[in-house]
Amino acid sequence: MALAAVGALLFAACGGGTSSSDKTATASAGKPAATSAATKPAGTAAASSTAGSGNVTIPTDVGKDDSAKLTGAGSTFANPLYTRWASDYKSKVASGVEINYQSVGSGAGIQQLTAQTVDFGASDAPMTDAEAAKAAGPVQHIPTALGAVVITYNVAGVAQPLKLDGDTIAKIYLGKITKWNDPAIAGQNAGVTLPSAEIVVVHRSDGSGTSFIFTDYLSKVSADWNAGPGTSKNPQWPVGLGGQGNEGVTQQVKQNKNSIGYVELGYAQNNNLPYAQAKNKSGEYITPTADSTSLAATGVSIPADYRVSIVDSPTKGAYPIVGFTWIIMYKDQKDATKAKALADWLWWAIHDGQSVEASLGYAPLPADVVKALEKTLTTDVTSGGAPLLKGS
Amino acid sequence: MQLTEPRVRPDFQHAEGLFARHGRLEPIFRGAVTLVALSVLLLVLLMVYELAHQAWPAIDKFGLRFLWSREWNPPKERFGAFPFIVGTLVTSMLALGFGTVVGVGAALFLVEFAPAWVRVPVSYMVELLAAIPSVVYGLWGVFVLGPWIQHTAGPYILDYLGWMPFVHGPPLGVGILAAVLILTIMILPTIVAISRDVISAVPRSQREGILALGATRWEMIRIAVLPYARSGVLGAAILGLARAIGETLAVALVIGNSTNVPDSIFSPAYTMASVIANQFREVENDMHRAALIYIGLLLLLITLIVNAIARVLVWRVTKGQITTVIE
Amino acid sequence: MIAATSRNRRRRRIVDTIASAAITGAGIGVIVPLVVILLFLFVKGLPALHVDLFTQNPGPTGVAGGGIKSSIVGSVLLLGLALVMGLPPAIATGVYLAEYGRGRLGFVIRFLVDVLAGVPSITIGIFVYTAVVLNMGNINRFTGGDQKFTAFAGGIALALIMLPIVSRVTEEMLLLVPQMTREASYALGVPKWRTILTVVLPAASSGIMTGIVLASARVAGEAAPLLFTALGNNFYSTSIFRPIDALPLRIFTYATGPFPYQHDQAWAGSFVLVMMVLVMSIGARLLLRRPGR
Repeated sequence: MALAAVGALLFAACGGGTSSSDKTATASAGKPAATSAATKPAGTAAASSTAGSGNVTIPTDVGKDDSAKLTGAGSTFANPLYTRWASDYKSKVASGVEINYQSVGSGAGIQQLTAQTVDFGASDAPMTDAEAAKAAGPVQHIPTALGAVVITYNVAGVAQPLKLDGDTIAKIYLGKITKWNDPAIAGQNAGVTLPSAEIVVVHRSDGSGTSFIFTDYLSKVSADWNAGPGTSKNPQWPVGLGGQGNEGVTQQVKQNKNSIGYVELGYAQNNNLPYAQAKNKSGEYITPTADSTSLAATGVSIPADYRVSIVDSPTKGAYPIVGFTWIIMYKDQKDATKAKALADWLWWAIHDGQSVEASLGYAPLPADVVKALEKTLTTDVTSGGAPLLKGS
Repeated sequence: MQLTEPRVRPDFQHAEGLFARHGRLEPIFRGAVTLVALSVLLLVLLMVYELAHQAWPAIDKFGLRFLWSREWNPPKERFGAFPFIVGTLVTSMLALGFGTVVGVGAALFLVEFAPAWVRVPVSYMVELLAAIPSVVYGLWGVFVLGPWIQHTAGPYILDYLGWMPFVHGPPLGVGILAAVLILTIMILPTIVAISRDVISAVPRSQREGILALGATRWEMIRIAVLPYARSGVLGAAILGLARAIGETLAVALVIGNSTNVPDSIFSPAYTMASVIANQFREVENDMHRAALIYIGLLLLLITLIVNAIARVLVWRVTKGQITTVIE
Repeated sequence: MIAATSRNRRRRRIVDTIASAAITGAGIGVIVPLVVILLFLFVKGLPALHVDLFTQNPGPTGVAGGGIKSSIVGSVLLLGLALVMGLPPAIATGVYLAEYGRGRLGFVIRFLVDVLAGVPSITIGIFVYTAVVLNMGNINRFTGGDQKFTAFAGGIALALIMLPIVSRVTEEMLLLVPQMTREASYALGVPKWRTILTVVLPAASSGIMTGIVLASARVAGEAAPLLFTALGNNFYSTSIFRPIDALPLRIFTYATGPFPYQHDQAWAGSFVLVMMVLVMSIGARLLLRRPGR
C-alpha cells in the first residue's frame, strides 16, 4: 500500500538518530492547512526546523480522512479545552474522528491509561517514574497547554481581586488562618472590608493534577506545607470539604458562603468568580492571565520527556501557580488506525488548536515546545515500530 | 427486597410422584433450570471471592487495624477506614432514628387513623417516594436542601442548639446533616411500608380487648399494638438502616468529601459507599484500590448482617405473609 | 392498671389528642418530601425541557446548549441489555426455586440470591469492573472491539442488580399458583416441564411482569454501578462494546458541575427520568390489578 511504501522510504531515509522527515505533502493532503496561533510560525508552509536537519512539513489537516473513535480520560483542568478540541476537530477537520473525553481527574486518567482501559490519558501532574514503571510500556507525555491555577473565593462584598501571598494561602489550607479578617489577609488588602466569618476551605476530593500543581507551589513557598501534606495529587487535606473535579470545586465555592478554592483560570472566569492576585517570587502580586501564564514557562529548560514543573517561576511578571497539562499515550501503539488518528489530532492541536486556548483560559505552548513536539510526534510515537505521522 | 419466606411450601413432589408422568424431556429441563440456578449460586460466591481476592493486599497489610486507623494517605500508601466507618454509622443511625419516628408514626396514621380515601393515596405516594432514583434525590439535595440548610435551617439550629457538643461550625449545605436528611427521606418508604404491614398484622382481638376496657386510642396503640408489633417494626427499621448504609449517589453528592473524622453535624465527611464512588476511578496505586475494595467488602458484610437480622425480625411477626418490598 | 378517675380521664384524653396529632403529623409529614421534590422537578425541570434536549448530544464542557440525547438512548440501551442478560437467568432461577428447589440446595441458592439482593450497587460495580472491564482484552479478541469500558459491562452490572429481584418475584408468583392447577395438568398426562411452561408460568405471568417492570424502574435510575463500567460517553453511541452514556450518569456529572446550563439540563433530565420511572411503577401496579391473575 502507498502508506507502507512511504513508510519504508522514511525508514530508509532516516538511517540513524535524527529524523529528517523530509516529506512534503504527498498525494492526498495537497493544500497546507490554515495558519495557527500567532505566537509561532505555522507548522506547515514555514519549515520550522526541528532538531537535526530537515523540515517537517505536515499539514495540520493531515487527519481529515481518518476514521476512528477514541476514548480519553483524565484532567478536569483541561476538560473544557479537550472537549472543545474534540468538537472542533470533528466538525472542521476530520468528521470521522470522535474523541470521547471523560473528565475524571488526572489521577484517574493515569490509572486508566495504565490499565489500558482508555486510548490516552490526560493529566496536569506528570507520571512519576514509579507510575510509569507500572504502565504496560513506555509512555510519552505530550504537553498541550499551559494553565494557571487561581485562588477563587466567594465572600460577600468582596468582588475585587484579593492579594494573597503563598504563605497566607498555605496557612489557610493548613487550617492555621481561619477567619477572613485575619491580619495576614487584611494586611495585604488594605481598604477591603473583610468579614469576620470562618473561611470555608474547598479542595479536591479526587486525585487531581490541579491539586498537584497547587501543592507543588505550596510546598515551595511554605516549609510547613512541605513538611506536612506535601506535593501530591491527593494529599491528606488538614481542613476543608472536597469537590469532585475542577467542576465540583467551582460549584462548591459558588454555593458556600465565605469559601475559598483553587481552580483552573477558565473555570473561575466562566463562572464569574473573582480570583486572587498571587505574589510571585520577585515579590509582585500578579493577576493570572494568558500572558502571565506564558511568562512562567520562559527561561525554563524543557527536558526531553517534557516532564517539568514551572511553579513559582522567578521570571518577572510571571504568575506563580502555573503548570503544563499533558496528554499521555503509549509510545508504541497497538492499533495503527487509532494511533494515527490520535497523532493527527495532536498534531492539529499543537498547531491550530492553540488558537482557542486563550479564550478558554489557558495559554498556548511556547514555540520551542511545539517544535520539539513536532519531532516527538513524528518519531517517538509509533505503532508496531512504524511512525504514525507521515505527510500523506 | 424479599423479606419473608413464602407462606407455605406445598409438597409438590409427593403429589407428583403419585400422579405425574414426566417423559424424557423432563430431566433435561430440570437439569437446565438447576444449572442456571447453580450458576447464580456460583456467581455470588465468585463475587465474594473476587472482592476478597482484590482486597487481599490491603487486608494483609492493614488487617483489623484498618477499622480504626484514621490516616487516608494514598501517595504514602497508608490507609485507614475509620473516618468512613464513622461517617456511615453516624449518618445511617441518625437517619434511622428520624426515619423510624416519622415512619412508624406515619404507619400508625395509615392503619389506625386514616379513612380509606386518605389511606390509599397516601400509601401510594409513599411508594412513589421509593421509586425516585437516588441521583435525583442527590440533585435535589445539592440545589434545594443544601442552600436551605446553609441559609435557613443551619443558622437556626446553630442559634438554638449550638450549645450541644456536635453542633458547631459554619452551616454548610453539605456534610453530615444534609446526608442525614436525605437518607431519612429515602428510607421512609421502606419503614412505612413494612411497619404498616406489621401493624396491620396485629389481631383485632388485641385491639378490641383493650378498647373494651376503656382505653383511649393512643393507649390502645401503646399497650396493644406497639408491643406486639415491636420486633416487626424493629425489623423494618433495620431494613431501612441497611438501605441507608448502602446508599451511594445521593450521599456522594451532599456529603462534602472530607477524609477527616467529622466532629459536627455540619462537618463534611465521607461514608464507605461514597468514598468508593468518588475515589475508585482514580486510585493512585494498587494498594489504594485494594483499600477501597476492602471497604467495599466491609460494606457488603455489614449490609448482609443487617439485612439478615431485619428479615428474621420481620418474619417472626408477620409469620410468613408475603410482603414484597421492591426498592 | 389505669385508674378511671375523671381527672385521670382528662389527662389521658389530652395525651391521646397530642399523640393523635403527632401521628397525623407524621402521616402528613411523610408526603411532604415527595411533594416538595416533585414540585421542584416540575418547576425547574419543565421550563428546561425543549426539543434540543432530546435531539442533541452534549457539547464541549462549559458551552451552553447541547442536549442529552445520547444519555436517554444510552439508558434505554442499557436497560435492554440488562433485561436480555438478566431476565433469562432470573426467571429460570425463580422456576427452579419454586418448582424444584425444595431441599437443601434450594435453600442455599435462595439464601445466596438474597445475599445478592443486599449487595450495594457500588460493590456490584466494583465486581464487574474487576471481572469484566479489566478482562475485556480477552473478550475483545472474540468481538473485535477495542474498548474496555463498554455498555456490555454496564449491562452486566445492571443485570446483576435486576436478577435477585426478578428471581424472587418469579418464585413467589409461581408459588401462588394453586397446586390444583398443576395436578390437573399432570392428570392430563402433561409432563412437569411442560406444565411449568404452558400452565404455571402463564398463570403467574402478570405478577412476574409487574416484578420485571418494577425491577426495570429500579435499574433505570441506577448510576453508581455504571461509573466504572459504562463510563459515559459525550457522543451518541449505540454500540454495545463501547462506552455509553446514561441519564442518571449524566445527571450526576452535571449536578457536580458549576455551569448553569448543566444544572438546567440536570433538572430536565431528572424530570424525564422520574416520569419514566413513575410511569413504569404505576404501570406495574395496574398490571397487577388486571383480572386473570
